[in-house]
Amino acid sequence: MDSASSDRTVPGQHLAPTVARSVKVLVVGAFGVGKTTLIGAVSEIDPLRTEERITTASVGIDPGQPNKETTTVAMDFGRITVTDDIALYLFGTPGQRRFWDLWAGLADGAVGALVMIDTRHLEDSFEVLDQLELRTKIPFAVVVNQFPDSPNYPLERVRAALDLLPETPIVECDARDRQSAVLTLITLVEHAMTFPVFQKVNA
Amino acid sequence: MDTEEYHDHPVRSYVLTSGRAHPSRNTLRPETLVRAVESRPVLSTAGRLERELVQLCRGTLALAEVAAYLQLPVSLVAVMVSDLVDSGNLTIRSNHQAHVLPGKDILEKILDGLRKL
Repeated sequence: MDSASSDRTVPGQHLAPTVARSVKVLVVGAFGVGKTTLIGAVSEIDPLRTEERITTASVGIDPGQPNKETTTVAMDFGRITVTDDIALYLFGTPGQRRFWDLWAGLADGAVGALVMIDTRHLEDSFEVLDQLELRTKIPFAVVVNQFPDSPNYPLERVRAALDLLPETPIVECDARDRQSAVLTLITLVEHAMTFPVFQKVNA
Repeated sequence: MDTEEYHDHPVRSYVLTSGRAHPSRNTLRPETLVRAVESRPVLSTAGRLERELVQLCRGTLALAEVAAYLQLPVSLVAVMVSDLVDSGNLTIRSNHQAHVLPGKDILEKILDGLRKL
């Protein structure tokens, strides 16, 4: 924890009194792929962090501590008040299988997920995509975060390498840039609207 | 940048929740909006953390925000929030049923809002 957030007298930055509904989007990806950067670029509050103790699903993932059964995982998040009455929360969470317990709960009720990809480490994203496709039904869009030294692959090549379904959106993004990050959210929500599960009107 | 360090928490969760690991309701999610009920005084038996929590919720916040400000795990804060809803000190602001996905109308409003950012 940094010193600013350890001061318990700091009041919370409250939502406007008109906000009566919240929705969430997950931002998943491997460590260091830029999840918190993207959340910070669009959030109206400085990204916050919570930590959760979880039981790891697999043995032997962490060779240094083969008997470790629980671990603490950090979740960074931010929010955008998108209309007078709706707040959109973005929860960043590592996507690896061993964190499944954490984000299975998070995925419940989510509008969708942004899957962040670093083309320098494409193999890191296979597990995340497998988890999403096999274990959830939530809509997702793939976001290729452009780092200064990222190879400039055409998106269709990345799509093929990741074996994405034809309808899954894939977009490039500079996670530090607000408009670029907002566009990824627009892409995801547009994609979610094509899912029958969201067709029902329940205002 | 992601820092994603691991930390341990010095306070054992069960001490704060009298040994319970699950909230008295299962409709609380990290994004659930909560707010203090101003007219309801906090019971004199409430602990320091409960008072801090209610104080924090003088305006609307999501459960995850409350957890972050209190530096406690979301799962633990869910137990505390649930108790404080039971005691009438907090109200769940989100006026939709939990476990109901947003409808197309809500997604359209969100899209409109995002396009104006």
